[in-house]
Amino acid sequence: MSKHPHDEWSQVLFRQFKDAGVDLFTYIPDAGNARLAELAEEDNETRLVLLTTEEEGVAMAAGADLVGKKSVLMMQSSGVGNCPNYLSFSKGGNFPCLMMVSMRGDYGEQNPWQYPMGQAVDKILEAMGVMVFRVDRRDELEAASQAAINAAFRNNQGAALILTQKFLGAKAF
Amino acid sequence: MTKITLDRRELLAPLFPDKDKWLFVSGLAGSSKDAAGLTNDGPNLFTMAGCMGSAVATGLGMALSAPEKQVAVITGDGELQMGLGSLNTVATQAPANLTIICIDNGTHGETGGQEGHTAQRTNLAMIAQGSGIPSVKEITSADQIADAHDFIRNQPGPRFLWCRVLPGDPTAFKRNFNPAECRIAFRNAYFQSA
Repeated sequence: MSKHPHDEWSQVLFRQFKDAGVDLFTYIPDAGNARLAELAEEDNETRLVLLTTEEEGVAMAAGADLVGKKSVLMMQSSGVGNCPNYLSFSKGGNFPCLMMVSMRGDYGEQNPWQYPMGQAVDKILEAMGVMVFRVDRRDELEAASQAAINAAFRNNQGAALILTQKFLGAKAF
Repeated sequence: MTKITLDRRELLAPLFPDKDKWLFVSGLAGSSKDAAGLTNDGPNLFTMAGCMGSAVATGLGMALSAPEKQVAVITGDGELQMGLGSLNTVATQAPANLTIICIDNGTHGETGGQEGHTAQRTNLAMIAQGSGIPSVKEITSADQIADAHDFIRNQPGPRFLWCRVLPGDPTAFKRNFNPAECRIAFRNAYFQSA
């Protein structure tokens, strides 16, 4: 079996999330979260939940938090545009909401449909009080993800780990 | 066409005589008033006054995270229809401990009673069935509540109970609207009971 191109760092992130007590992994599939989703599905102590739209994961995180459990919501940057209303849970209610956003519409994008939302991600997250932790290079990953984990679960707020196209590589069309 | 005679204010008490054993999540507006009336806005209920469409997904996150507890989502037809995809997510995850109660008055009651889709042609029971939820039941009158009581306890979960009610006022109840305070109260009560 050939190794998934995102295997190495996905293993690292999965271990960090799991060590932080995350056991619920909600997601809309994207190339950037595909390997991490596989890891969450294969592990006996974590559960992978396929959503129909990204904001469901914000609500599921709130429901899990009400009974003391932690989750991470994994999505492509376009999905950030579906989330703002539900981010009232974190901004107004102090619910933790840890997100992992794999970017489209930034460095090297070839699909013009991706630019408008890709370029609005930071502003939308900022407007709803979500702290943003950006990863452009592999050597930034662990510190950024730990910072996002800390912000979400120690300060009870929205926190997004943003994996840019510099880090992930741009999709060819 | 089925004649609807059910008064929503007389629904939840006979459906949940054992209300203290449940964890409740309720959608915004009328369904949260009815739910708060049931529990006296108790700490085993998390009500919402925003995030329309999120009640089912919130209940799903709770049910998956507290498999030892019975979780009931109480929400309205408008709120449910804003997050219909969550029924698919519920069906795929299939938590046996999750019950969805939809109090369907066929109107947007909180905003002036504007008629909704379910007063026209939309059938929420067929949608729930089509989503793959294994146990689905419809009631339209008070004499069916006893059957519904047994349904949400005896049929395999997840369950969907479609309660079609008259478009009258919900339970009059002033609940706490502060989500941060409600979060802490719910968590504290849950941890003390666990």
